[in-house]
Amino acid sequence: MSQVFRCKRVSSGIVEGEALISQDAILFYYTDPATGVVTEDGHCLKGVSVKDKILIFPGGKGSSSVQADGMYRLDRDGSAPRALIVEELDTVLVSSAVVMEMPMVYHVEAGFYDRVKNGDWVRVDTEKLTVELVEKD
Amino acid sequence: MILSEYQQEMLDGKYGKGKAMAMQILEAVGDSFEAQRMVPISRAHISLSAQDADVWFAEKMGGAGAVCAVPPTVNPGYCVDYFRSKGLLDEKAVAHMERTERAYRRLGAVMTYSCTPYLFGNIPHYGEVVAFSETSVTVYANSVIGARTNRESAASAMCAAITGFTPEYGMLLDENRRADILVEVQAEMRGDFDYALLGLLGKKIGKGVPVFQGLPRHISTEGLIQLGSELNVSGAYEMFHIVGVTPEAPDLKTAVGGRELKRHVVITREDLDQALEEFSPPLRSEVEFVILGCPHYNYDQLRQVARLLESGPAVVPVWIHTSSAVKDLAGRTGMEEALLEKGVELIPDTCVDEACCWKRLAGQAGVTDSPKASYYMRTFGVQMAVRDTESCIRWAQRGRVE
Repeated sequence: MSQVFRCKRVSSGIVEGEALISQDAILFYYTDPATGVVTEDGHCLKGVSVKDKILIFPGGKGSSSVQADGMYRLDRDGSAPRALIVEELDTVLVSSAVVMEMPMVYHVEAGFYDRVKNGDWVRVDTEKLTVELVEKD
Repeated sequence: MILSEYQQEMLDGKYGKGKAMAMQILEAVGDSFEAQRMVPISRAHISLSAQDADVWFAEKMGGAGAVCAVPPTVNPGYCVDYFRSKGLLDEKAVAHMERTERAYRRLGAVMTYSCTPYLFGNIPHYGEVVAFSETSVTVYANSVIGARTNRESAASAMCAAITGFTPEYGMLLDENRRADILVEVQAEMRGDFDYALLGLLGKKIGKGVPVFQGLPRHISTEGLIQLGSELNVSGAYEMFHIVGVTPEAPDLKTAVGGRELKRHVVITREDLDQALEEFSPPLRSEVEFVILGCPHYNYDQLRQVARLLESGPAVVPVWIHTSSAVKDLAGRTGMEEALLEKGVELIPDTCVDEACCWKRLAGQAGVTDSPKASYYMRTFGVQMAVRDTESCIRWAQRGRVE
């Protein structure tokens, strides 16, 4: 049975994909645009690609222009995540997602975080304002 | 969010496509943060970076006919005249910076190319609502001046400049400006560099609005700039308070304003020393170059460097990034010439985080007094150990760490 959780919307989209969870905040500047692989030393996702993932992470970090540039290059080279699910908003991350038209939601119901695991199939729908853990047969 | 009639008309396209696009973005940002309304801004500063996304967005808005209602000042890119005259810039990089400038000029930006607009060119006063991007600028405006700005991205600051409005949330509201972390500094602060080290302790301080207690009553402007700048290397801070120093913290009680303190952190000399040890790439025995001026040096800092070089010239290149306003002043006072004689060059309008200018230093042994410069230049392979200005200059005079 699929499980559905309420969320709030930052940037619109209806997409699905594999969950990738980061415990650390993310600065997209530290990714390789060609592959989507996180390059930041000491980051829990170092060496892992965010490409086509539903990326679940606490929030953004870093200076005011490099976040957008990282997202822009990932998008340009086809290595962007399909959607972003965050816990905490900051202006830089929010405005970058809006400008880059990268689907992004926040405030997902707590139960989601208890259940979601890396590799789960997740559907984000910013019209219904839901995040769905899709049970695959 | 409820828009005024004028704001709604802007959103609906009555004032052109560019303003409508900017308003759409601001509305999405405002809705995300559950803002109730948009408020006018009187100033804007954009963290122009000349990076791909920056140029793309500036051209997109300009192409849609947007012109700024509030002409923004802008961050440094790279000084084409300087780097081209040294043969250090290929034609592609020249064309890219010229393209960036064209895009911003079309929007009506004021091409100050400096990351210290609060010292020259765009100085808000207490309580003024502004839209400043560039994290070191945002934190200085909020903390040291008491102006009100969120930690804008280049894009959101540009949209605010275009429309003249920003959504009212976050640091624009009294309750979010109060301190919720008490930071008791037991370390004796010996100079400006110690404020940079204090700023590197973001992980220990934690997320929120810190109020520092135990710091001296008189802190230099440069020390305050360093503190805010490095807090945004080690974490993401919109604002800090210093009891008895910053305008919204005449005393601890006012700074906290009834908010619940979620943390009480004690900082000792060991913490500052450890922060440096953990952050700085290791010193090598030789020193092949020195980079200073992140954020841009002001005139007093040039004087300090000149004083340190009285005992002898630098034998390796020393580059100081500064604003063209400070460089012009240094030209008029003879300071620029004096520094040049000692082996120091002033570079205007340029950010250390420009790979096309500085990548050539990869593999060489550099030192800097700016953790932020060291942090960003690592991304393109330039390794700079971080030490105080005095040490950087002393080693520049010897070409090695003694």
